[in-house]
Amino acid sequence: MGAKRKFVCVVCPRGCALEVETDEGGLLVGVSGNACRRGEDYARSEIADPRRVLTTTVAIRGAALRRLPVKTAGAVPLGRLVEVCRALDGLIVEAPVACGDVILRDLCGLGVDLVATDSLERA
Amino acid sequence: MVSRKDYDVLVVGGGPAGLSAALSAAENGARTGIIEREDRLGGILKQCVHDGFGLVRFGEQLAGPEYARRFADRVVEATSKGTVLATHLGAFVHAARRETCGDGGVRYVLECVSRDEGVFVAAARSLVLATGCRERTDRQVFIHGERPAGVFTAGLAQHLVNIEGLLPGHRAVILGSGDIGLIMARRLFLEGVEVEGVYEIKSEPSGLSRNVRQCLEDFGIPLNLSTTVTAVHGDRRVQGVTVASVDRRGTPIPGSERYVECDTLVLSVGLIPENELAVSLGLALDPATRGPRVDQEGRMAEAERADEGIFVCGNALHVNDLVDYVSESGEQAGRAAALFAAARREGVPIPERELIPVKAGSGFLYAVPQFIDRARGGKAVLYFRVNATRAEGGVVRVASGGATVLKKRYAVLRPPEMERLEIDVAAVPEGATQISLELADKGEGDGR
Repeated sequence: MGAKRKFVCVVCPRGCALEVETDEGGLLVGVSGNACRRGEDYARSEIADPRRVLTTTVAIRGAALRRLPVKTAGAVPLGRLVEVCRALDGLIVEAPVACGDVILRDLCGLGVDLVATDSLERA
Repeated sequence: MVSRKDYDVLVVGGGPAGLSAALSAAENGARTGIIEREDRLGGILKQCVHDGFGLVRFGEQLAGPEYARRFADRVVEATSKGTVLATHLGAFVHAARRETCGDGGVRYVLECVSRDEGVFVAAARSLVLATGCRERTDRQVFIHGERPAGVFTAGLAQHLVNIEGLLPGHRAVILGSGDIGLIMARRLFLEGVEVEGVYEIKSEPSGLSRNVRQCLEDFGIPLNLSTTVTAVHGDRRVQGVTVASVDRRGTPIPGSERYVECDTLVLSVGLIPENELAVSLGLALDPATRGPRVDQEGRMAEAERADEGIFVCGNALHVNDLVDYVSESGEQAGRAAALFAAARREGVPIPERELIPVKAGSGFLYAVPQFIDRARGGKAVLYFRVNATRAEGGVVRVASGGATVLKKRYAVLRPPEMERLEIDVAAVPEGATQISLELADKGEGDGR
């Protein structure tokens, strides 16, 4: 038995309401409601393996501020976001850091780097 | 003797609107000064560590600080080269007044104080107000009960978590489903706070649908619609809140109350443009936007002061949902402010304005700008919001003097989503007394 699911596309602020049909094997049969091609790609990956870019902060030493904003350079599995956050709890980076600097390579073995999203000088 | 800095253009506020305005003023040859209250440029974006910024402008999803960097780095570079930009950081404007120049023109004088420069005044022929907006607090929504610690606006909670690295509490209730509230629900959840739920007095979410999905549904955080917080309980610290279902007018339904245990209440109950300076300079506010009335370049458009060079941009004008449009409005205001100052400096007469009021008809919350200066020609950008969800979409017609200036179809129209239109000013007929925005159902507005 195939199934129909409805969810909102999160690719851009437009937020299209997608109607997604899958077959018995959980594979994508059709998508409607999307205004662009990215909606279809999103629906495909959302069914097979939902992923999100993680944005958070890590502790920083030697700067005027205490936290450095960071993000994953690519999307990571939705189900592992909490685990990844906890793995960052003990991390302390040293200032200076420039926006775009890689803070951690291959975060939690996910094959995705963690990068800085702000520049903090040494205070 | 209080030191005095003279500029062509003074920009109050170093957030996205002010940064764009300053860069654009400087690119147009104006000696430009920025007055920023905080120690770092970037405004509220510094604490908006989530992504999704810049899709319209850069075609990428940037985190807030990254988006701000794109502008702040250019300002810092221009300042270090000693070109036309100067930045006063940690500087607070405590008063603004007008001064008459020798040539009869007006100069704006800001009395400022900063840690580095002490008390100083900054003056310019053009003033750009990029003062952003403020959050509504618990005093501005009707909540009864005690006044214990543990009640935070969403922006304050965001500052505590993202800038200070502090958690506001352990178990949170969020009132209001605006974008900041939704984003804070996810943020707190990921930092290990138990988010009991988001409560929304309206029957539909106030934020973007994508944020309902990626901030709540992704993590199983409940969204309680048509429900509000009616009372806060706790002696020194919040111990719980009373929530109640509301009727269609938003009035709590007796008997529907229930107690929710929590130590933190986060309020995401709306933003209001910050216009203390504008008001002190005598600008009246549009009751619909709570920002000053301006033309398509952000220049103040009140009849009695129509010859003046005060410009307003970004969230001080109206609360935007995308920063990309804030930058756009800053750019327009900055450029216009530079040209205005240059004309005044060189004694060139400022062109007569032909201000035509923009009227948003029924179905709209508001339209910005409130006036189109027909004499400017070229293109003008109009932003609007509708006052109720039209799931079936609609057709927006911009009409003037019997002529259709523009017609645009929308697949869906929702109050949380600001829409943008670009009109050809030349299409506004000569002698027009009004430009009206009309909303029709699909099919109706087609002229079929």
